[in-house]
Amino acid sequence: MSVLSTGRHQSVSLRFALYALMLLLALVFVFPFLFMLTASFRTNEQIFAHSGSIGAFVPTGELTTANYAYVLGNGNILHFFLNSVIITTLTVGLGLIVNSLAAFSLARLQWRGREAVASLLVVLLVIPFEAISVPLMLLVAHLPGLGFEAGRLVLTRSWLNTLYVQILPFVANAFSIYLFYQFFRSIPKDFDEAAYIDGATPLQVYRHVIVPSSKPVFATVSILQGLAMWNQYLWPVITVPGESARPLMVGMQQFFGHTTEWGNVMAYATIITVPVLAAFVIFQRWFVRSVIGSGVKG
Amino acid sequence: MPASLELRDIHKEYGGRQIIKGVSLTVAPSEFLVLVGPSGCGKSTLLRMIAGLEEISSGDLLFDGERVNDWDPARRRIGMVFQSYALYPHMTVAENVGFSLKLAKMPRAERQQRVDDALRTLQLEELHDNKPSQLSGGQRQRVAIGRAIVRNPNAFLFDEPLSNLDASLRIQMRMEISRLHQRLRNTVVYVTHDQVEAMTLADRIVVLEGGVIRQIGAPLDLYERPANRFVAGFIGTPTMAFLQVARCEETSGRLAVKLVGQDEHTPLLELDTVASATRGEGPVTLGIRPEHCRLTAPDGAMLAGTVAMVERLGADTFAFLDLPGAEDTVAVRLGEDASRIAVGDRVGLQFDAEKAHLFDAGGIAVRSPAR
Repeated sequence: MSVLSTGRHQSVSLRFALYALMLLLALVFVFPFLFMLTASFRTNEQIFAHSGSIGAFVPTGELTTANYAYVLGNGNILHFFLNSVIITTLTVGLGLIVNSLAAFSLARLQWRGREAVASLLVVLLVIPFEAISVPLMLLVAHLPGLGFEAGRLVLTRSWLNTLYVQILPFVANAFSIYLFYQFFRSIPKDFDEAAYIDGATPLQVYRHVIVPSSKPVFATVSILQGLAMWNQYLWPVITVPGESARPLMVGMQQFFGHTTEWGNVMAYATIITVPVLAAFVIFQRWFVRSVIGSGVKG
Repeated sequence: MPASLELRDIHKEYGGRQIIKGVSLTVAPSEFLVLVGPSGCGKSTLLRMIAGLEEISSGDLLFDGERVNDWDPARRRIGMVFQSYALYPHMTVAENVGFSLKLAKMPRAERQQRVDDALRTLQLEELHDNKPSQLSGGQRQRVAIGRAIVRNPNAFLFDEPLSNLDASLRIQMRMEISRLHQRLRNTVVYVTHDQVEAMTLADRIVVLEGGVIRQIGAPLDLYERPANRFVAGFIGTPTMAFLQVARCEETSGRLAVKLVGQDEHTPLLELDTVASATRGEGPVTLGIRPEHCRLTAPDGAMLAGTVAMVERLGADTFAFLDLPGAEDTVAVRLGEDASRIAVGDRVGLQFDAEKAHLFDAGGIAVRSPAR
């Protein structure tokens, strides 16, 4: 923005070049999306007929909704969609509470070992999930859990093939705690102290003072954690071999193995992508503000 | 019900460093006590310990004779006004003021009544539904005070409440705080680094330096009879001048003093003190307030120097002199001669020995002017 706002002093050609560059960059990101969207309304023949030209990205020629009808009519996409919605909503919902409370404790309360735990948090940030996924899988494979058998709640010997194996390990999230922690630390301590003098308990300070002042970071964490959960692939592949608790991403992979129609695959991909885009558009304002406010590079 | 406060040998340590080094004092019910001192003297820490926001390392804090060291802030029932106002940004004025009552689960109707009363007292009724971001600095400060008075506290604690306001608003709010105290008669402990605020508001002032009380007294007591050089230099604007003493002679119950740089032909200053000012190492100093000095011709004057600066404030004009034997420029309040004095003038300094303060080598006052 700052480059453009000083445009008065720049030549028209320089500004033109800048805009052209930005447009080019935007197209690099937009083209795959346009291709997916366009192809989802085409037959295989139409896709290949347009593949060598700009027509691959523009919805021209014969268009059809048959791909969507096929995707919705074959396979369990709606079931998988519901699974993904449940997994994402519960993980994000519980995550907001757990992670913000953890960050509140680290950022605003005094207790022995607080600095050590905060440092540990940073260590956790740099460990890739792939590195711990196998040991974690072995752990959950042997953890007693709950399940339904013939309509009755029973104790099971493993968490595998459940929805909660895709939820509980991801509720507490080091990066989310870190984002909350950074944001909470920027809120003046005087607010807490004024509330304590007003008779608040730490939990009331959290609820009445910290949370209402932190809407942007709640939006950011929702989007980041929600996106990560929605796109979760590796973990459900290794922990959910059955269909009942399968999420969308794994569902698509399975669907991909059963069809040779690219249009079907693109229709499936579009159905997966649209909710994420919609959420981002709705929360965009909050998201951008929080990324700026918390001083975290987006 | 205004409470009495008592601090007994209070200490505060941060990571092995002593911040408060044994403070003892009492605050009577309805008294307005001001803690004053330079930055880092521990005045805010002391206030926060009274509020319960800082732990007391050792010593006792008593409210109405009851030890409250381990009570949390809410149980102490104090109202506190912060330098930053600390108004909750997402709440309206009324919600801010009524927050403590809401936490105390007071019925809504009674709560609203109390909030409305507090807002009326502070002339904030029309701002009832505004958010803090829509208020001016002075209005925010009044809301912060409203939040403190609404719960009818045992004592009010003010932590430099006016330092974020501009000069004219500060004077206005100072008067409002004073009027409010006269009306409510609450016990007040007020922290400031501004000695004018301290002088105008306090029943008694506590001067702190390096975590130690240097003097407690009524404002004029501190001004007229400072117990030590620190208080003498801290209270009063422009500050008291300190002149180095070259020699003291005790003769027949009086002390004859010769100043560094004093003209050989002028008589020694005779002070009516028998206390030995020459105890201990280091220089003895004589202190004199600007209003007790006058300018004369340089020839034959006790001390002679040049005018370094002239401050014309309207009602008063002060000349600041460079003098031999003075630790800093010496302030003199000018009278009729104000218009004739200019920077660079060579002048003489004269003062009445009766008005002089004398500090021994340890900086302790051994003589103050009689009332």
